[in-house]
Amino acid sequence: MRIGVVTFPGSLDDGDAARAARIAGAEAVRLWHGDPDLHGVDAVVLPGGFSYGDYLRCGAIARFAPVMESIIDAARGGLPVLGICNGFQVLCEAHLLPGALTRNQHLHFRNRDQWLKVESTGTAWTNNFTPGQEILIPVKNGEGCFVADTRTLDALEAEGRVIARYIKGNPNGSQRDIAGITNEAGNVVGIMPHPEHAVEALTGPSLDGLGFFTSVLRSLAKDGQLAGGQQ
Amino acid sequence: MARVVVDVMLKPEILDPQGQAVANALPRLGVTDVSSVRIGRRIEIDFTGEPDLDRAREIADKLLANPVIEDFEIRVEGVAAEVA
Amino acid sequence: MTTQQSGFAATDVLATGSDEPDTVERAEKSPEELQPYADLGLKDDEYAKIREILGRRPTASELAMYSIMWSEHCSYKSSKVHLKQFSEKAPQNTRMLAGIGENAGVVQISDEIAVTFKVESHNHPSYVEPYQGAATGVGGIVRDILAMGARPIAVMDPLRFGAHDHPDTARVLPGVVAGIGGYGNCLGLPNIGGEIVFDPCYQGNPLVNALSIGVLPVERLQKKEATGTGNIVVLLGARTGRDGIGGVSVLASATFDEEAEQRRPSVQVGDPFMEKLLIESCLELYDAGLVSGIQDLGGAGLTCALTETAAAAGTGMRVWLERVPLREASMSPTEILASESQERMLLIVTPENLDAVLKVAEKWGVWATAIGEVTAASADGTPGRLHITWNDHVVVDVPPGSLADDGPVYNRPIREPNDVMLLQADRAETLPRPSTGDALRETVLRMAASPNLCDKTWVTEQYDRYVLGNTILAQPEDSGVLRIDEETGLGVALSVDGNGRFARLDPYEGAKLALAEAYRNVAVTGAEPVAVTDCLNFGSPEDPHVMWQFAEACRALADGCLELGTPVTGGNVSFYNQTGAAAIHPTPVVGVLGVFDDVARRVPMGFPRPAKAGGDLLFLLGETRVELSGSEWAWVTHNHLGGRPPKVDLAAEQALGRVMAQASKSGLVSAAHDLSDGGLAQVLVESTLRHGVGAKVTFPEDGNSPFVHLFSESAGRALVAVPRGHDKAFLALVAEHGVPVTPLGVTSEEAALQVEGQFIIPLEELRTAWSATLRDLFGGPAEMAAPAAAAAEESTPVTSGEVRSVTLELSPQAPGGPIEPPA
Repeated sequence: MRIGVVTFPGSLDDGDAARAARIAGAEAVRLWHGDPDLHGVDAVVLPGGFSYGDYLRCGAIARFAPVMESIIDAARGGLPVLGICNGFQVLCEAHLLPGALTRNQHLHFRNRDQWLKVESTGTAWTNNFTPGQEILIPVKNGEGCFVADTRTLDALEAEGRVIARYIKGNPNGSQRDIAGITNEAGNVVGIMPHPEHAVEALTGPSLDGLGFFTSVLRSLAKDGQLAGGQQ
Repeated sequence: MARVVVDVMLKPEILDPQGQAVANALPRLGVTDVSSVRIGRRIEIDFTGEPDLDRAREIADKLLANPVIEDFEIRVEGVAAEVA
Repeated sequence: MTTQQSGFAATDVLATGSDEPDTVERAEKSPEELQPYADLGLKDDEYAKIREILGRRPTASELAMYSIMWSEHCSYKSSKVHLKQFSEKAPQNTRMLAGIGENAGVVQISDEIAVTFKVESHNHPSYVEPYQGAATGVGGIVRDILAMGARPIAVMDPLRFGAHDHPDTARVLPGVVAGIGGYGNCLGLPNIGGEIVFDPCYQGNPLVNALSIGVLPVERLQKKEATGTGNIVVLLGARTGRDGIGGVSVLASATFDEEAEQRRPSVQVGDPFMEKLLIESCLELYDAGLVSGIQDLGGAGLTCALTETAAAAGTGMRVWLERVPLREASMSPTEILASESQERMLLIVTPENLDAVLKVAEKWGVWATAIGEVTAASADGTPGRLHITWNDHVVVDVPPGSLADDGPVYNRPIREPNDVMLLQADRAETLPRPSTGDALRETVLRMAASPNLCDKTWVTEQYDRYVLGNTILAQPEDSGVLRIDEETGLGVALSVDGNGRFARLDPYEGAKLALAEAYRNVAVTGAEPVAVTDCLNFGSPEDPHVMWQFAEACRALADGCLELGTPVTGGNVSFYNQTGAAAIHPTPVVGVLGVFDDVARRVPMGFPRPAKAGGDLLFLLGETRVELSGSEWAWVTHNHLGGRPPKVDLAAEQALGRVMAQASKSGLVSAAHDLSDGGLAQVLVESTLRHGVGAKVTFPEDGNSPFVHLFSESAGRALVAVPRGHDKAFLALVAEHGVPVTPLGVTSEEAALQVEGQFIIPLEELRTAWSATLRDLFGGPAEMAAPAAAAAEESTPVTSGEVRSVTLELSPQAPGGPIEPPA
């Protein structure tokens, strides 16, 4: 199975996302921001980084990239899309996910190993976890504070669309300790911490991040959605 | 409302990567007749009594702007600006 | 409001009294014209030498170029005579592919792969504008690495600030840390280590040093020579503005006083996003074989890049200055030549490759402009000339070597300060010491909470240490360890260390101690130390006492590197770190690079959960002597600095290193931590708190008191944890290498640090003391509770929002065609 990893100018964790996809057993396909062709991939990761320098607002400029127009269309058609950190910000700016990510409440960039509780395992990217599973994954961001109006937050909770929450300390002030959310269909997931940095014993605090990548392979296998199925 | 508005801008000779990034993105939205974009900060200070321009200037000078790289303008809301 | 006029714009006007620039033709016609060379930092005899070289007075642009290139920062005029020892005493080494004089040293680590690394200072700019100063310091060192043909893969930052509780430290430190994080994080480079030191001697002169390391295939090594007559000179990267004009000569080469404050140049602003694009485009150009020569633009901007590339090749260069893409149209030719705008590189490319180069630049959205061409040397072998015009006015016509290589060299007077003997006689070994268990307990807690020994997470959490996915160890470990090759596990270890107090007491021994510590930090992880870089931070070279300190430190590093077999591959000198007559402590900062055949065998510093009941066995390697002078204990508890620093024995350091390398290969140790500032007590604090695993320590009856065991700072020591069952093999290995060893006890499931017969400290109490200090000093980030709605906002009197103000400015289209970033 082929997982596309988008490189915007300023993407930084694109190589790490590709490595994680490979370790999980997928073929990683690099996608370029200026090329609208998704090259028949079965899923897409929008990686962390500072796309276009993150000037103006994080993700604000990236959402207008030619590749994003294709991804937005395909995501509405069911293509699994995972936005990590900056990728989560891009998904919110592109209105594929509700809410916004704002400056950390303490105003500092913060990099630490963070405990999360997986809340929803009904998505394309979390079905390999068990509900309530506690996982340890690095978080690193300056603008990771998730905010939305109360009605949106209540709806996310009621529909089981909060996929993970921060536990043992909230690193950025996110409302209701939200670390990640999904869309109504469960194919688009945004998460602030970095699963791709917890896939090897030598470099990560755990192997817990691998679950996101094995989840999408499992759901693709189950749905029989193989190469090009979303095009 | 006793509001004083402070606009903080980078000095003209200082690089503004943020403005530059926005300018570079405009053609994608079909805007082609903009040659430069610069981004600043607007701060609104509400006094409990009369708007105090001197105090506002002091706040701006000491705290809101970094005089090494930034200039600021202050004005009582609705009144023409005073350039610092 | 007036636009800030730089001093150099003024010299243009001064010279001509009109809008026309000062030209070679005018210079020939007006030999008597007074020139402001003294204001630009040139001495009478230096100015006379320039006139002699040119056979006329220099033009305003030439004068500025000489003042920059002959400044201390660019010419190393005071340090050269001492630095040459690094080459003269260089140990035999087959790994070195490039060394001193290049942008950075290059060390081969396998048949196919080399790494390049270097440490540099950005001290003065970081005092003026902490955020941008520190940010552009990172940007500058990364471009040095890039210029060698390498992909930058990590950064480290040794930082020194004034007193922890001084109000100006509260201004400088948070800005510096945010700047390093802001730039490095956005560039996608993990920050894997460094130092944070507080001492009143750095008040007003903080030391912001930045180290970067990069990796390259051996055959991708780049040269800076502008070879090939007819080759095109291309300026790549950001547009040129009035950033930091005169920064090198004004900021880095004069005492920082009130007067300098007024001559402050405009601050350089970094754009890490542009640098990221610059990195990617340069790497693509290298891989496509499109680059004949390359040099980064740093201090001294175009002036330095043009003259150094031409001088290195012996060629000449013809440059059309009006082709340089500008941010501000009104810049004078002198300002264009002196600008220190960031994120620029100078390329030499063949005419047939030019289009391909411009295409790569366009793909990445960076400006690329052909601004000149390489010209031939004379038929008789005389090097070519650097000929620069601006709108058809000839503003520069000089031999490039006269700027780059023939600057003044000074053998400045050297005198040992009178106070050294007195200082050395005032020994810390005579100070009152705690003797009871309770007093020792209090001292351990007080030391753990002291600013130099406390938890530095407040700082290091602001740096990304995960990006690129190859960070094996990062701060607070002894060394940063990076995986270079995912297939084989080939990797490197890097540590950077200095100790200004030791160097103040004895600059020769102090410099060697810095080298020994960095070497040991690399060795205890199991890596083989192979090469050295240094950043020499000192006061004014015009002070014979400072010059003595400098000479002693250089001699020590050259001697030490020869003995250790680790060559100095490059580095940087920062003088004039002083306010008025008061210089900083001499602070040589030394970086040591080590190599791993497989990073999987790296030894971390934290005690792991013991695999067997009864815990792992603890051993102290090396000899503990009564050495307290210059120690952290003397400073924290007695505010004392005096005596002689600890003895250095580099042969013992090597023996320790060999033990650790073999123990790591054989898998005999589960943790190891180097002993330095704060002694054994600090090592126990850090190794227990790392994973919350306690220790039970018993000191031998060897004549040393428990206090000396805990707080002596004798060099050449490390604490190791050995899993039960491996102890026999480990002790045999230690004996084979003749390293002194002392059994110290065991690690323990019990969450406490216990010293038999003296005290017990629960780890939670220890952690609280250790981790609160920086947060209390510099505020947040405290644990974040979820915000209670947005209700708080209504009562906030000052609200700030970003507004977009669009200013239209006329930017002239430069001939030569800048490449517009793609839409």
